[in-house]
Parts: sequence; C-alpha cells; structure tokens
Amino acid sequence: MMADSGSSEVAVIGNTDLTSSESENNTMNTMVEKETALLRRIEISVPEAEKRTGKNTVNMQEIYTVYLIETRPTETVIEGDTSAAPDSLWRRYSEFELLRMYLLVTYPYIVIPPLPEKRAEFVWHKLSADNLDPDFVERRRVGLENFLLRVASHHILADDEIFFRFLTEEKRWKEEVLVTGFQDKADSRLKSLSAMFRVKNPDKQFTELKHYSEELNTAISQLLRVRARVADRLYGVYKVHGNYGRVFSEWSAIENEMGDGLQSAGHHMDTYAASIDDILEEEEHYADQLKEYLFYTDAVRSVCRKHELIQYELEMAVQDLANKKQQKEELTSGTVRIFSLKGMTSKLFGQESQEQRESRLAALQQSIEDGEDAVMEKNKECRVFLQTAWKDIERFKEQKDKDLRDALISYAIMQISMCKKGIQVWSNAKECFNKM
Amino acid sequence: MSGHTVPADFSGHMLDLDEDEDLEVFSKKTSTLDGDGNLVPNSPSSLVNQYRLDEEEEEEEEQHANTIDLFITVDNPESHVTAIETFIMYRVLTKTTRSEFDCSEYEVRRRYQDFLWLRSRLEENHPTLIVHPLPEKFVMKSMVERFNDDFIETRRNALDRFLKKISEHPVLSFSEHLQVFLTEPELTSYKKQGPGFLSRMGDTVRGLANSVRGLKSRPDEFTHMQEYVEDFSNKICSLDKVTQRIIREQKEYLDELKQYGPTYTQWAGSEGDLAEPLKGVASCVEHCGKETEEQTQHLSEVLVPVLHEYVLCAETLRGVMRRRDNLQAEFEAKNEALVSRKTDQESTLTLMSLYSPSA
Repeated sequence: MMADSGSSEVAVIGNTDLTSSESENNTMNTMVEKETALLRRIEISVPEAEKRTGKNTVNMQEIYTVYLIETRPTETVIEGDTSAAPDSLWRRYSEFELLRMYLLVTYPYIVIPPLPEKRAEFVWHKLSADNLDPDFVERRRVGLENFLLRVASHHILADDEIFFRFLTEEKRWKEEVLVTGFQDKADSRLKSLSAMFRVKNPDKQFTELKHYSEELNTAISQLLRVRARVADRLYGVYKVHGNYGRVFSEWSAIENEMGDGLQSAGHHMDTYAASIDDILEEEEHYADQLKEYLFYTDAVRSVCRKHELIQYELEMAVQDLANKKQQKEELTSGTVRIFSLKGMTSKLFGQESQEQRESRLAALQQSIEDGEDAVMEKNKECRVFLQTAWKDIERFKEQKDKDLRDALISYAIMQISMCKKGIQVWSNAKECFNKM
Repeated sequence: MSGHTVPADFSGHMLDLDEDEDLEVFSKKTSTLDGDGNLVPNSPSSLVNQYRLDEEEEEEEEQHANTIDLFITVDNPESHVTAIETFIMYRVLTKTTRSEFDCSEYEVRRRYQDFLWLRSRLEENHPTLIVHPLPEKFVMKSMVERFNDDFIETRRNALDRFLKKISEHPVLSFSEHLQVFLTEPELTSYKKQGPGFLSRMGDTVRGLANSVRGLKSRPDEFTHMQEYVEDFSNKICSLDKVTQRIIREQKEYLDELKQYGPTYTQWAGSEGDLAEPLKGVASCVEHCGKETEEQTQHLSEVLVPVLHEYVLCAETLRGVMRRRDNLQAEFEAKNEALVSRKTDQESTLTLMSLYSPSA
C-alpha cells in the first residue's frame, strides 16, 4: 500500500492504477501480521469454504458452510523436518464463536479480535443478505482468516493451548474447550450490569475509553449505513447508462454514416454500465475493514465492563470489611450503634454471658482477617487488571490508527482507479462521436 | 407508380413517375420557380441533400462565413407588463448585406407568440419544406416556473437556434414573412392577415381522415423515408427519456452523497491522529458532490435541450410526411373523380349518339 507523503494539503499518491493482482489482493487479507512465537513456527490460512448437509439439534436436515483451516510449518522449520506437511481441518462458524467466547472469558483484560458478522448488515439492495450467498461466504472466509491471524499475532493469545488445538485438532477440540469450564467462569449479565450502575469510583481513563468506544460505534454505524445508500444510488446511475447502449445499438441500424460510431459508442456505454459491479464489490472490502473495527468496539466495551465489575467487587469488599470492623468496635465498647439481631435479642432476653461474648468476638476477628485478605486480593486483582488491560488497550489504539489509515488510503486509491476507468470509457465514447 | 428500389441514403436519386405535370410535388424536375421568383427544390430527395446535419454545417461554416449575408441573434430577455398580462420580450438583432433589406442592421423586440406566428406562416407557404421547430410552450407538468431564469435562458437559446437555422435555409431565409419579422417594429397588423391558424387546423383534420382511409400506394422513396422518420423519432425520444432518467438518478445519488461526507466529519470528532485523514475524506466527498451537481446541471442545460429539439424536428418531419401523404390522397381522390366523370361523360355521349339521329 502506498503511504501518503505527509503533506498538509494533498496526499501525493504514486501509482494509483490497480493491477489485476492488486485488485485481487483487495479481497484477500491486507492485515500485517506481527511476529509471535506461533507465527514463527507455522503459517495459518483459511483458503476454502464448502457446503455440507447434516442434521441439526432438532434432527432436521440443514445446509451449513464449513471453512478449511490450513496450517503449514514455516520455512525455518521445514529445513530440518522432512515430514512437515501442511495440516488442515474443517470448522463451522459456530466453532469459531465458541473459541472466541473461551478467549473472552479467559483473557478479560485483552481486547479480543472480533469475528466477521453473523448476518449481513448494512446491505445495499443488490447485495444479498443470504448467508449461503457465495459472495457473502467468500467475504466471511476472508474475515475468519483475518480473525485467526489477529489472534496468532497477539503475543499473549498466541500462546494459548486451546487456540493451538483449535487449529490442529479437528475432533477432540470441542470436548477440550468445554472441559476448561470457562462457561462457569463467565460473568453473568446481571452482575456486570449492576456493577456498571453502582460503582462509586470508576477509573477515569476507563470511563473515557468507554465513551470513546460508544462514539466510535455510532460513527462507524452511521457511516456504513449512509455508504450503503450511496452505493445503491450509484448502482442505479451506472445501470441506466446501459439504456444508452441499447438505444445507440438500435439506432445505429437505421443510420448510414453515423452507424459505426453509434454502434461503438453503444458498446462503451454497456461497458460503463457493467463496470459498477466490480467497483461495488471492491467497496465491500472497505466496508468489511470498517466493520471489523465496529465490532472491535464491543470487545473494548467488554474490557471496560470487566474492569467495572472488579472495581465494584473491590468496593464491596472494602465496604464489607468496614462493616465488620464497626461491629467489632461496638461489641467491645458495648454500644449499639448499628442495629443487629444480637443487639435486639440481648435487649429482649437480657445480656449474654461473658463466654458467649468472647466467642463472638473471636469469630468476628477471624472474619475481619479474612476480609482484609479479600481486600488485599481484590486490590491486587484490580491493579493487575488495570495494568495489563491498559497495556493492551494502548496496543489496540496503535493498531486501530494504523489499520484504519491504511483502509482509508486504499479506499482513496480505489476511488481514483474507478474515476480513471470512467474517464477512459467516456474518452472512448467521445472518440466514437467525433468520428461520426 | 414505379417500384424503384431506393437506398437509405437518398442523395441524387430521382423519382420516376408518370404524373400530370401540374402536380409539381411529384415532377421529374428537381426544382421550379416559386412565387418569389426563386428556385425552389421540389423533390424530397434533393431537399434532404440541402438540409444538412449540424456536423457538416460546422465544417462549412468557414466557407459560409464569407458568404453569410444574413446574421440573426436573439438575446436580452426582458419582462414586459401590460394591464392584461405579463410576458417576456426578446431582442432580435439582424445584420445583413442583402439588397432586399433597406438597412444593414435591425433591432426589434419579439415575444414567443410572434415566433409561433412566423413559423406557421413559413410552414403554410412552404408546405414541402422542413421548418425547424420552436421550443415548446410552457408545460405545466414540468413544474418549472414560467419566469424561472433557467427556463427563459433555455428558451432564448432555442429561439436563437431557430432563427439561425431559418436564416441559413436557402429558401426560407428569403421569405417575406421573415423579413417582416426581422424588420417591422410592430407585428400586430401583419399578424391579422392570412388564413393562419385555421387552415392548419383543416390540414390536421384532413390528415387524420386520410390516414384512416389509407393510401393506395406510396412511392418507395417516401415509404423508406417514413420508416426512417418513425425509427429516428423513436430513438431520439428514447435518448431524451434516458437522459432525463439519468438526471433523476444522479440527483438522488447526490442527495445521499451529501449525507455521506458529514459521517466522516462526525467520526473525526472523536479521533486523535485519525482526525486529519477522516476530515480529508469528508472534504473529498464534498468536492465530488459539487462536481456531480455541475455535471448534472450541464446535462440539463446542454444535452436535454438539443435532444428535445431533435424530438421536435422528428415531429416536424412527420408532419411534412403526413402532408405529403394527404396531398397524394387528395390527388388520388381527384383523379378517381376525374376518371369517373370522364367515364360518365363518355357513356352519356354514347347514349346521346345512340338516341339522336346522326346528322
């Protein structure tokens, strides 16, 4: 990809003509992979997709798509190992979802890369919203490959054993991931919701981050919505020009001197009208790049929510400890400031014995010590979470800025190419008219 | 009538007919003298030769420039208010070296109705010639304000083209009506003369009646021409419609595009390093929008009027063809009447000779 020269006014972009291989690349992954131990050992790709039939959970026949995951050892490994052959297995979209859920629960302080959309959204009318449509399947294939590469490029996620098994063990993987019991570790929706509302001292940075991710979500959604409408209209404009082609062609049949010119011009109009299909197909790739970051905002919000939860739990633990200490003080001083059942019953049934009092005090002391341990634990958890999460968020921000900048640049290049093609077609048509 | 195979390009081909010499329209002679004493081409084939396409005209304009002796322009539209109505007056400027004109320069003010008058007189006096069409009257359905600037400008342009075409026509440019139109300060007295409107009405009515009855046979040359005119008319109408559709689609595209740019600006508001590139995209989209708007405007102001003009030309051609058909039908009817009268006369004479004693 060409980078701009950094001038303040107009970015000077050099070669803007897309070669056929380049435009093919646009439908392939443009993600730059980071070096991790995993990626030094193997190359990962999702080269194919296939339809299968089978029985679903309610024993009804269904058609679904499976994707081929191919892993092959890199050059550095092959040298010594002659038995190194590429490994491959087939997986459904739902298995990818399971993997992602596992990662979300196991690494709550990391912004987990998103999957390509489950259903086609922000569709302009010609594009099918059908999940079995070959164009949709193709774009999903690219998205799944992108997902795997992003995970494999993350220095923490890449080392995960379950992830590796996902890539290499077709049959037993599902069992193994369920065995980890990650589903039990998942925080309930209710818990995280209540945390959101009751946190007393939310971290300022995280609050800002949450707002930013909400704004980004809104901005990209709006952009994608309008883009789909623009694409729709542009399609209409190009296609109507096809009518020119038809009329010119018919007209050329009744003309003598003008006949040839009209015929040729008609062909150019047909070419023009047909060109919009490719143009919009390429634009879908741009839309997909934006969608990835739209879904990333959900991942960012997950991290923020987890932080809120931990913060809340810390505050609860601190509060709990404070209560217990208060109780102890009252017990020793004999004054009842806090209403307690014991206090009530002792009023009604008379003071308790010294023995009872002392055993109660001992229990409370133990409870306080436990509480102090809990607070320390929670504090540590909070601190660690804050550190690791913030580090990953910084990483994410850098990645986001770079990726989106590249996406915008290639969008611009695409637009330029489209305009150049248009100029070519109309110049040709003008030539034909001149010769008439 | 002979069955002549005539090529689509009619240049130089004569019609071979055994008709009465009286009917000049179908005579073998390519031209006769008309009332003004000028040479008038009669057969449509030679007419087609003389009525050239624009492109060729441009090439010849350089040759013409030296020989142009009548140059007319229409400009300066101004609103004219009377007690009864308000209308637009256009300035018609004439420069000429022709001897028929007393002066070399004339300036008069004319309204659309005056142009209509001129054209109808030209058509009446030269029914075989193709008189360039005028822009249409104000049409309600187009939702254009009658005194909207764009509408007036488009009309002025078309009126200018009309007079230029007439002035370049070898026959029509010498019409006395044209001279009156260009030189007289007040047209009202001239407009009252002549049959004018009603006779054209009669023409149309007769035309309808005859097309229902059907012609005996039409000379091949004219059948070909008729077919061509029909086809051409269809094609040019289609082009007109397609262009208008494109304009509509582009306007709708533009509406959406105007909302697209701001989404980038809105996004830029929450970003740091990305803000500049995003704002850049927003301004590019805006720029594209402006260009598209200009282009759509150009289509409306330049291409559509020209296409429209040729739609009207096709209409005019059809009118001329109809007139020709009508005349042929009339001729046939009169011929039949003549033949039947002659037969009657002969049978009467025969009867008379049978019953009266030979002297």
